[in-house]
Amino acid sequence: MKAVDFDYAQPATLDAALELLSREDVMVRPVAGSQSLGPMLNLRLAQPELLVDITRIAELRTIRREGDRLVIGACVTHARLEDGDYPDVTRGVLPSVAAVIAYRAVRNRGTIGGSLAHADPAADWVNVLTALGADVVIAGTGGRRSVPMTDFILGVFETALQPGEIVAEIHVPALSDRARWGYYKVCRKTGEFSHATGAVLIDPARGVQRCVAGATSGKPVVIDGPALFAGGCTEAAMAAHLAGSPAADDPIALRTHTVALKRAIAQVMS
Amino acid sequence: MSAHAKTISLTVNGTRVEASVPPRQHLGDFLRERELLTGTHLGCEHGVCGACTILIDGEPARSCITFAVACDGRSVTTVEGLDDDPVAAELREAFSTEHGLQCGFCTPGMLVAARDVVLRRPDADNPAIRTAMSGNLCRCTGYVGIVNAIRRVIDARNTNAG
Repeated sequence: MKAVDFDYAQPATLDAALELLSREDVMVRPVAGSQSLGPMLNLRLAQPELLVDITRIAELRTIRREGDRLVIGACVTHARLEDGDYPDVTRGVLPSVAAVIAYRAVRNRGTIGGSLAHADPAADWVNVLTALGADVVIAGTGGRRSVPMTDFILGVFETALQPGEIVAEIHVPALSDRARWGYYKVCRKTGEFSHATGAVLIDPARGVQRCVAGATSGKPVVIDGPALFAGGCTEAAMAAHLAGSPAADDPIALRTHTVALKRAIAQVMS
Repeated sequence: MSAHAKTISLTVNGTRVEASVPPRQHLGDFLRERELLTGTHLGCEHGVCGACTILIDGEPARSCITFAVACDGRSVTTVEGLDDDPVAAELREAFSTEHGLQCGFCTPGMLVAARDVVLRRPDADNPAIRTAMSGNLCRCTGYVGIVNAIRRVIDARNTNAG
């Protein structure tokens, strides 16, 4: 239960961090709150030679409003999003979801960018930011690029990040004042990783009717359009949407995913 | 000692500490083995059980998945550092009164997490206390006593405040 002997750097600027992360002579990994990577290091599932701690980079810890978007730095903690010291453009999505991530002791250190980069299919932000239509701004030595959530998460623990790149910002679009959202996780124990996640957003002003089935052992499954609302969220419909994922062939998983999404939908229809 | 050892400077229970640490050493091991503060208990060592919960800059954190090297410049408080803390004192008495511990292994982490609940959630009902404490496991399964102890402290503080 002890990590391998790794080297560690704590750069103060993004440029310095990116330079370290572009090193090819050692196996290097970025780390923020270490709430996912920490366990992997202790279990030796991850054995890097150099960890680059990006939490001291001031620009990655800011939250700002930019027109109709909220720009959240990668190293903003879940606890800060829970406590809400920022203009919440999401009608409560960000603080409500942050509050149900793991436990407060984990939320105090774990970060939104770290959670996305880790890309556990059951992670809250992976699914919720997909439902919200957020974009991820990725920084590398070659500059920055913006990737929509639907193209950022590629699979289980798999993202669009290339070697040497890190998540710098998350851009969350403001919801209109008629927007409604729902979120439901199936967990046997409070705070554990979800077995099935349903995330739903209806925003008539922006023409959004979106369901997301998460924790499917793959990338979030996005179902746009009105089909699943008003009674359409059946096991048969879900089997079609989940086709190709292990969840579709397992009757218990299929039912669990159907229930999670149904309950999230019920929250917006009530 | 690791070839990668780094010098860190932090405050542990109010005392300035300078130390050379291998980056791989987590904060729990640093506190127990170098500072000999064995009140912090290590259970699962992968962030699940909550026994190792301590305070970093006043906020609860898992010392087993936080590396000591990452705490340079921070202030760390362990259960030993809560001797004179008024909330911790009330909790110790309430844990005793309500039988909030049996073997005591989870208790240091429980006290640190419970202190956070008392301070941050003075409006918590019992289900909210259970949810807020769900990151701390008691393998004696003495949860009823633990929840009652926290209930007692919150109620007493609310009565005194009112």
